[in-house]
Amino acid sequence: MRRYVRRFSRTERLLHWANAIGFFALLATGLILYLPSLAVLVGRRPLLQSLHFWSGIGWVCILVAIALLGDRRGIARLAREVDRFDRDDLRWLLGRKPAPQGRFNAGQKLNTALTAAFTVLFLVSGLLLWFGERDTRFRFAGTVVLHDGLMYVALVLLVGHLYLALIHPATRHALRGITVGTVDEEWAARHHAKWRSE
Amino acid sequence: MSETSERRVGRGVFLATLAGGVSSVVWGKAVWDHVSRAVSPVESLVPLLPSGGWRIYTVSGSLPRFDEESWRLRVGGHVRKPVSLSYRELLALPKAEQVSTFHCVTGWSVDNVKWGGVRLNDVLASAQPLPSAHALEFVSAEKPYVDSLTVEQAGLHDVMLAYEMDGRPLSRAHGAPVRLVIPEMYGYKNVKWLAGVNLVPRALDGYWEELGYDRDAWVGRSNGYRT
Repeated sequence: MRRYVRRFSRTERLLHWANAIGFFALLATGLILYLPSLAVLVGRRPLLQSLHFWSGIGWVCILVAIALLGDRRGIARLAREVDRFDRDDLRWLLGRKPAPQGRFNAGQKLNTALTAAFTVLFLVSGLLLWFGERDTRFRFAGTVVLHDGLMYVALVLLVGHLYLALIHPATRHALRGITVGTVDEEWAARHHAKWRSE
Repeated sequence: MSETSERRVGRGVFLATLAGGVSSVVWGKAVWDHVSRAVSPVESLVPLLPSGGWRIYTVSGSLPRFDEESWRLRVGGHVRKPVSLSYRELLALPKAEQVSTFHCVTGWSVDNVKWGGVRLNDVLASAQPLPSAHALEFVSAEKPYVDSLTVEQAGLHDVMLAYEMDGRPLSRAHGAPVRLVIPEMYGYKNVKWLAGVNLVPRALDGYWEELGYDRDAWVGRSNGYRT
């Protein structure tokens, strides 16, 4: 008989999926604007620019709304978990064993911190591009380099994330946690021993 | 695990990424230019960016299509004799070639673009501009895109109407069959899908200038940039 334990709250899951949907909407419209072959195929650049811009605004607004209306104390706790690295986390990053992990392993903590920073940077550089097109005071030579660079690095992180979440046999069970909220107790004990023994 | 052995790594990563990212709007382009120049010898083998770093900017719903038979370049305005060149007639004019860097006002550049085309004087000669013509208006087939240069600006040695890019006929994305090239100025002055050149008494605001961009779009010293 399998037993399940709750790993992610509703607020955490909503945040994850709102972020994922927003990212893919922005990636799709962004790539059409960015890649010449797609730009020529699709055309309608002014429309796509608006779609991309408003998807970005909507993305951030929805994330903020979920955070404000959801379990704020839970989010503060999540931030603390992601912030703190103990000795085992550092050992985990160096590939040493044993290195029992909490609810998030050290890699997941880094990924969460980076994803949060990238969201802010995507927003800032995107707004600078948008307003820079309208007012020279917001125009910086490096804005487009930053916005594109973020996209490339985020894509690399995303590919790794998708591999671990969908393909890698040892870790793909985590997908259950982020969709329905619960994970297998034995799996949790193996991968997140410190969390289970709390 | 005691509190003392914990380090605040997550916050550090978040703040460092933020600080590095935000400040890069100032230093990012210089670093990127260095990197792309350093790897440029191998770039022809392994492209660093898709399409060599070009982006295709358009202002209307679709890109103009080029039909070789019906296409004409009309030269008019303050001229003694308005002319209309077919694609074949344009190709028959003396051919000029140059390698120059293309700068977009939004911050991206493409180094060492190989252009082939004609010098403006060779196009204008048969139309015989009148003394009252002090500027040239370049009209794109992509409506309502238009831009203009003074006669002095248009007379710079490396201004051309390009019908070849990197050894191939100019593609639709880059303004087929012919575009204006003025490397000293930002890309928005380099009108694509050129359909007409009008000689006019003075330079007027083009498409982007009406939206607040500088009419004299010198690279590095206009549109809020200083070098």
